[in-house]
Amino acid sequence: MASLESAIPTPGQAWRMEKARLQELLDALNRQGYTVIGPRIREGAIVYDELQRLTDLPIGWTDEQEKGYYRLKRREDEAYFGFAVGPHSWKQFLHPPVFLLGRARRNGQGFEWIPPTDPPPRYAFLGVRACELHAIAILDRVFMGGPYVDPVYRARREAVFLIAVQCTVAGGTCFCASMGTGPKAPPGADLVLTELPDAFVVEIGTERGAAVMAGIPCAPATEADRAAVEARLEETARAMGRRLDTTDLPALLYRNLEHPRWEEVAQRCLTCGNCTMVCPTCFCFTVEDASDLSGTQAERVRRWDSCFTTAFTYTAGHPIRQSAKARYRQWLTHKLASWWDQFGTSGCVGCGRCITWCPVGIDLTEEVHAIRQTDGTIAGERR
Amino acid sequence: MIAATGPEAPVAVEQDLFTPLPFQVTAVRRETADTFTLRLRPPDGRPFSFRPGQFNMLYVFGVGEVAISISGVHPRTHDLEHTVRAVGYVTRALVRLHRGDMVGVRGPYGRGWPVEEARGRDVLIIAGGIGLAPLRPALRHLMVHRSNYERIVLLYGARTPRDLLYRLELERWRGRFDLHTFVTVDRGDEAWRGHIGVVTTLLPLAERLLDLRHAFVMMCGPEIMMRVAARELENRGVPPDQVFVSLERNMKCGVAMCGHCQLGPLFICQDGPVFPLSQVYTFMETREF
Repeated sequence: MASLESAIPTPGQAWRMEKARLQELLDALNRQGYTVIGPRIREGAIVYDELQRLTDLPIGWTDEQEKGYYRLKRREDEAYFGFAVGPHSWKQFLHPPVFLLGRARRNGQGFEWIPPTDPPPRYAFLGVRACELHAIAILDRVFMGGPYVDPVYRARREAVFLIAVQCTVAGGTCFCASMGTGPKAPPGADLVLTELPDAFVVEIGTERGAAVMAGIPCAPATEADRAAVEARLEETARAMGRRLDTTDLPALLYRNLEHPRWEEVAQRCLTCGNCTMVCPTCFCFTVEDASDLSGTQAERVRRWDSCFTTAFTYTAGHPIRQSAKARYRQWLTHKLASWWDQFGTSGCVGCGRCITWCPVGIDLTEEVHAIRQTDGTIAGERR
Repeated sequence: MIAATGPEAPVAVEQDLFTPLPFQVTAVRRETADTFTLRLRPPDGRPFSFRPGQFNMLYVFGVGEVAISISGVHPRTHDLEHTVRAVGYVTRALVRLHRGDMVGVRGPYGRGWPVEEARGRDVLIIAGGIGLAPLRPALRHLMVHRSNYERIVLLYGARTPRDLLYRLELERWRGRFDLHTFVTVDRGDEAWRGHIGVVTTLLPLAERLLDLRHAFVMMCGPEIMMRVAARELENRGVPPDQVFVSLERNMKCGVAMCGHCQLGPLFICQDGPVFPLSQVYTFMETREF
C-alpha cells in the first residue's frame, strides 16, 4: 500500500483530517483565489460572513432555537460546528439581496444601456448543511433550469466551491429528516466534512475537492470513522426539533384553499416577510428603477421581494392579495405545493428558519398539521 | 432526492436577459381618456416577430418597466403597437412619451392565442375594455387566414361609448360579411343607439351564429368579466379546454424568475398569459389567489 504522503485523494474517498488542518484548507482555497465564507458570530447570532482564520468560527458555541426564539449558548466542548443554521443562508451570496442590473445614460431623446461589468465573486462556502445543499439545488432549478437562465445567479453559482458540513446537532426548529433533505449531505458538494470529537472525516465529492485536499496531510478514514459518522447522523436525525407529515402534502393544501385556518393564522401573522428573507429558497425579487435629479443617469437594481407585501401583486391599479390570509396562503402553498408543479421539488428543505425567525412564532409544521387535522373544512362552516 | 445541478450542466446563457433594446416611438395615438396606443420601431429596422397574445416588457428611462401585451403591427411601417392604459406610474410615463422618444423593449414573452389549434373551427372572441388589445393580433391573424376558420364572432364590451378602443377598426370589422361583430356598453350616452349591458348579454347573439360546444373561445377582459363569462359558457356546455383566457398579474422579469405573476402552480409570464380555462378556472374562482 502506498504511503500516506503519496496517496492521492480522489472523489469517492474518505479521509481523516486533524481539526487544526482545516486552516490549511482555508489557506489552499485563499491561494486559489476563493473568498471563503463561513459561520461566525455577529450581533448574537451565527451568520455567514468572510472567514480569515479558523478561530473566526463559532468554536465552542451552539444555538437554542424555538419558534420566535434564538439564543447562543456555550457548549461544554470545543466543537467547530456544534450548531444548527442561523438567520443567514447561502442564497444571499448566489442571489444577492440587491444587485445593480445596469445603468442607462440619456443621449438626446434616447438612452444608452450600460450593463454591469464587475467580474462575479469567487466564493468558497464552508459549512454548508445538507438542507442548504438541497436549497442550492432548488435555486439551481429556479434560476438555471427553465428556458431562460439568470446570468447573475449562474456566474456566482458556477464559480462556487462547496464544503458541506454534515450536522451533528439538530436545531430546535429543524425538520430536515421529515423533508428527506438531511442530515446526510446529498451529492453536489466538492467536500463533505463530518465532525468527530477529535477529527474531521472528509469525503471527497469532486476532482476540484480532491485537488484542494491533495496538499493536506491526512490519513484514510477507517471503518470505525465511517461508522462514527453514520452513528452521528442517525443521532441527529432522531433529535429533530420538529416533524412534518408530508403525505400527499400538495393535494392536501390545494383542496384546502378555503380552509378557516388561513384566516386564523392571518390573525397572528404580521406580514413582515421575515420568513421569506431567511428562507434559503425564497427567490422572489423586484426590479427598481431610479434616475438622478437631472434625469440624465438612471439605474436599475433588483432587490429581494416578498409575497407578504401588498405591492407584490399590484396589478392594473390595485393589489390582488390584499388580506394577510391570502398572502400567508400564497407563501405556504407555494413552498409546499405549487413549487412541485413549477420545479419538480418541494420549496421547503426543513431548515426551520421561518419558524425561529418569525417574530410571533408562527410554525409552518403546526399550520400544516392543523389543516390536516381538519381536512376539508371550509371557511364560514362550523367546525 | 434532488441532484445538485453542477456547473458542468449545459445551459444556454442569455447575457441580455435584463437588457432592454431601445425602440423609437413613432406615434402615440389617443384611444380613450386614459388609454393610448404607442407605435414602436425596432433599432436598425430589425424585424420583430411575435405570436398573437404575447407581451413585451416596456421600459421608460429612469421610471420603470411594465408588461404590456402586443396589440398589433402597423400594416405599412411594421411598427409594433402597444395599447396602454395609464393607471400606474410606469404606464402614466409611457403615455406621456412623444414621437422620437425611446422606449426600452424586452421580449416577446409568453404563450399566445391558439390560432393554429382553432383551424377548421368556429371562433368566438369575447373582449372587455382594454382586453381587446391582446386579442387584436389574434383577430387580425384569423382575418388574414380567413379561409382556415369557420364562423368568427367578436363580442366586445366597454363601460361607455367613450371607452371603446380602435373605433375606426371596429367599424371596419362591423362592415365585413365574414365577421360578426357585436358591441355593447355598460352605460350608454345620448348618442348611443347600440346594445346596452355587460358583454355576456351578447352571448345569445353569438349562439345563433355558431355552435358554441364546438367553437374555440378566446377571451380577455377584467377578471370579474371573465369569471362571469366562464360560468355562462360552462352553463352552455362549452368544454373548458376550448375556452382560452389571457390573464394579467404584476410582472418584474417576464421570464419566470421574479415570482410576482404566480397563479398557483403557474407563472403567467411563462405558462401564459393565455391559458385554457381548464387550467386556471379553480384559481380564478378562489378569491385573492
